[in-house]
Amino acid sequence: MNETSLLQPPRNTVSPPSMPTGNKAITTLSEAIVEVISDSGEGAQRCGQSLGAVAARMGNGVWTVEIIPAEIRPPARSVAGASGNRIRLGARRITNGGDDTDLVVAFNEQVLLGRVRAGELKPGCIILLESMWREDADPAIAASYRQAYDQLVAAGYRVREIPMERECRAIVREARRGKNMFALGMLCNLYSLDMQLARDQIALVFGKKDAAVVAQNVKLLEVGYDWAERNLDFKFRIPAQRAVEPQIVVNGNTALALGILASGMEVCAMYPITPATSASHYLSDVFEKVGGVVHQAEDEIAACAFAIGASYAGKCTVTITSGPGYSLKQEAIGLAVMAEIPLVVVNVQRGGPSTGQPTKAEQGDLLTAIFGSHGDAPKVVMAAGTIEDCFYSMITARKIAETFNMVVVVLSDAGLATSQQPFPRPRFNEAWVAPPVDQSDLPAGAKPYDWESATGLSRRFIPGQAGGMHTLTGLAHDSLSHVAYDPESNEKSIHARSLKLAALQKTLKPPPVFGGESGDLLVVGWGSTRGAIEEAVESLRQEGRKVSSLHLSFLQPMAPGLKEIMGRFGKVMTIESNWCDRPQDEIIDETNRRYSALAMLLRARYLVDVDCWSEVRGQPIKPGTIRRVILDKLARPEESVP
Amino acid sequence: MTSAATECLLRMYDEHHELEDYQSGVPRWCTGCGDNAILAAVQRLCRDEDLRPEKTVFVSGIGCSSRFPHYMKTYGFHGIHGRALPVAEGIKMARPDLNVFVNTGDGDCCSIGAAHWIHAIRYNMNMTVMLHDNQIYGLTKMQASPTSPKGLKSNTTPRGAYLEALNPLTVTLGVQNVSFVAQAVDWIPEVMYDIISAAFHHKGLSFVRIVQRCPEWLPKLLEPWLHDPEKVLLLEHEDAIRISPSLAQVYKNRRRHDPSDLDRARETASGFDPIPVGILYRNPRVPCYEELRTAAGLRSTERIRKGLEAEFDKFTVWPQQAAEGAPAE
Ligand SMILES: Cc1ncc(C[n+]2csc(CCOP(=O)(O)OP(=O)(O)O)c2C)c(N)n1
Ligand code: SF4
Ligand SMILES: [Mg+2]
Repeated sequence: MNETSLLQPPRNTVSPPSMPTGNKAITTLSEAIVEVISDSGEGAQRCGQSLGAVAARMGNGVWTVEIIPAEIRPPARSVAGASGNRIRLGARRITNGGDDTDLVVAFNEQVLLGRVRAGELKPGCIILLESMWREDADPAIAASYRQAYDQLVAAGYRVREIPMERECRAIVREARRGKNMFALGMLCNLYSLDMQLARDQIALVFGKKDAAVVAQNVKLLEVGYDWAERNLDFKFRIPAQRAVEPQIVVNGNTALALGILASGMEVCAMYPITPATSASHYLSDVFEKVGGVVHQAEDEIAACAFAIGASYAGKCTVTITSGPGYSLKQEAIGLAVMAEIPLVVVNVQRGGPSTGQPTKAEQGDLLTAIFGSHGDAPKVVMAAGTIEDCFYSMITARKIAETFNMVVVVLSDAGLATSQQPFPRPRFNEAWVAPPVDQSDLPAGAKPYDWESATGLSRRFIPGQAGGMHTLTGLAHDSLSHVAYDPESNEKSIHARSLKLAALQKTLKPPPVFGGESGDLLVVGWGSTRGAIEEAVESLRQEGRKVSSLHLSFLQPMAPGLKEIMGRFGKVMTIESNWCDRPQDEIIDETNRRYSALAMLLRARYLVDVDCWSEVRGQPIKPGTIRRVILDKLARPEESVP
Repeated sequence: MTSAATECLLRMYDEHHELEDYQSGVPRWCTGCGDNAILAAVQRLCRDEDLRPEKTVFVSGIGCSSRFPHYMKTYGFHGIHGRALPVAEGIKMARPDLNVFVNTGDGDCCSIGAAHWIHAIRYNMNMTVMLHDNQIYGLTKMQASPTSPKGLKSNTTPRGAYLEALNPLTVTLGVQNVSFVAQAVDWIPEVMYDIISAAFHHKGLSFVRIVQRCPEWLPKLLEPWLHDPEKVLLLEHEDAIRISPSLAQVYKNRRRHDPSDLDRARETASGFDPIPVGILYRNPRVPCYEELRTAAGLRSTERIRKGLEAEFDKFTVWPQQAAEGAPAE
């Protein structure tokens, strides 16, 4: 039995770097990636989030990612059941989840094996493992624990067995539920975090319960801290720098919901779907406090139609969904385009096609977002590149939707949805809350689609407005909204709706280039890959590589100046999380290769030979991977842009 | 501001509408199409109720019947097939002050839009829904609909429809929160008017199935009912529809039906020969979703700011600084 490796795929044994012993030396790190994992319901999530919050308060850069099992209640001690958090702490601002994990706290060896097999741990990673399973009454459990332990040690991991539950039992009866705060205490010790901040955090988290609960958890925290101080022979410090401005820490979905609040929108119509739902959960809790309504419709089609109805009646509305729901909304989105009803549609992308990977990150819906719905259905497509962007993009989206009477699609994804990162607390601006639309009487002869010839814009008529009575229709129509099938009317209205995109494009500024203004390679990205791409680019630039990156927030229309920017680089490529054919495949060549979505768009629009690299592994692309991709691209001199 | 208010007041006194104020264009329905009769009844209702055209919206899906809003000089929303109800719900949620009507066909409501139909009954938003039930797909040229009688020959059922017809009344009466259900027939316009009027006055979702003739595709289907008054069962009640003496001369087959009796309504609704005509069920006490959901208090920028700052406070990593960031209350 012992010969079979539990740690597939097999790894090479790496000898651990020497650890400080004796009088504890504190090693200063520029960053560390920590995971806390348990069976679901054991509180690893809370421990991980609290760790992130404490570090953020100290002024560390933080990026937290939820580790979520695919099932709601996976069996205890199962390899696929890991639930918890991955926290990347840094001396500087952290913009993504980073590469491999440096230290793991695991409440059992099975959930740990899941992470090992997924290749998430750095060679030689420190593992703090709950040791009670070694003496478990069930011989099978004890055996599997010992086997896993032996193999982990043999593979070079630095495993420390820790009797977490036993230590907690002295304080709480139900030690299984208390050990997450014990673990938090250990981590505070190991990373030299401020214990007072940790106590404050506990008070915040458990504040709704009584003081005794807070006191007990603080006790567990302290016991964990002391235990690590006495028993572990290593300690780290990540220099922190307190931000001058107040920062907020939220995940991407909460940021979207806060953005909806801030945009002044009043109605959100939705149907539950992972990974978008948590935005609606949060919004359901807070929206009514400011006079808003979250309507859970009977399906996504109804949600979109409801949103359209409310928008048409004068209250710009948002509907929020993910891939499958986004597909269902297409016909209604086309109606909003045709009738020029402002509408904000959020798609928190997940893996596709079909039901795909509900909890996993992918950027597979860009082309659907731009080209979805039959016929010529021009709409605005934006993508949030950071958690902070999730907030502000809602405000921008509403503004554009109402200024241009257009559908604005905002793309986020499962990665942003479940990650947390501090960003400067937004300062409320009255201009966010768009003023109520003009409802004054319309002059005699006013036309509901009085398209301005240069921009395609027309004034929006709202029911209730005297003089504006007309029947809006999804059929082809003229400027009076009369059904019109004649060739002139049809072209005229299609022309006007198309011009609006150009009119918006004229107001956009070229995005800033990250790195140098020219060089050997330009990496273009969109959406959640921003942090990882820029981190890779920055590290390579420090090594003297002439690589830069460009991140697009507007995918439709694209900002002006992109062609000029691309022209200043020897090569251009996109890095995306949607499939592109691999040139090394035997039957793939230039005549049949499918490019990634953004690469395809850039090639088509700018006639630039944009290459692409992609990965669809369900997780955010890591900066280390991007580094390798860039180096590989730079190393191939034969294919530069003519 | 004063002048606008005065103008508004003046308009209230001034405003008296004629039929023409609600008429728009020449309907393109076939001659003899029952939709014409429905349109006439509705335009009369608008005039009699003096509805402000700008405060009135007709919402429809797609089909012959869904052309309806184009012929009204009010606001109209001719949307997509099957989705009239959720659009109307959104409008009502945003603007409870508007008079909202829905015109939908048997394909539009009972087939492609069936999920929305069931849920609309449950939401019970204050609107008047007219199901133009011609028992066929008119616009797309004679395909069987869910309400087509079994055996009906159509372009998709050349050897006769395979299934029993769905009864929109019993389905509606089976949904929790149902608050108003009635049946009208286009060939007794007087009763149709009374029913639509009662539906309009009911607070909640009033569902009126109107048996509507489609002479283009089914010229014979309803003939027996037209020619034989005995095949019509008029429901009358002092709380519902009163039958005029002249009508009573023709329609002798009448029954006293108490619209608060749900069980009796379900039983009565299941018949088609004779066809029950009148108000089957009415319950004015069912809450309306828009009222359950409308948040109390005025929505203002200040309220949004306060709400938002309170949320930011929860997520701020330096609470003491957050207090400085937020303006003092
Ligand atoms: C999504 C979609 N599917 C199909 C159609 C084609 N279509 C238009 S109207 C209609 C049926 C109309 O029947 P009904 O609702 O009974 O209205 P009627 O014409 O009889 O008044 C169909 C199938 C469409 N417009 N949209
Ligand atoms: S086809 Fe039938 S339903 Fe359509 S307009 Fe003609 S008669 Fe009316
Ligand atoms: Mg029909």
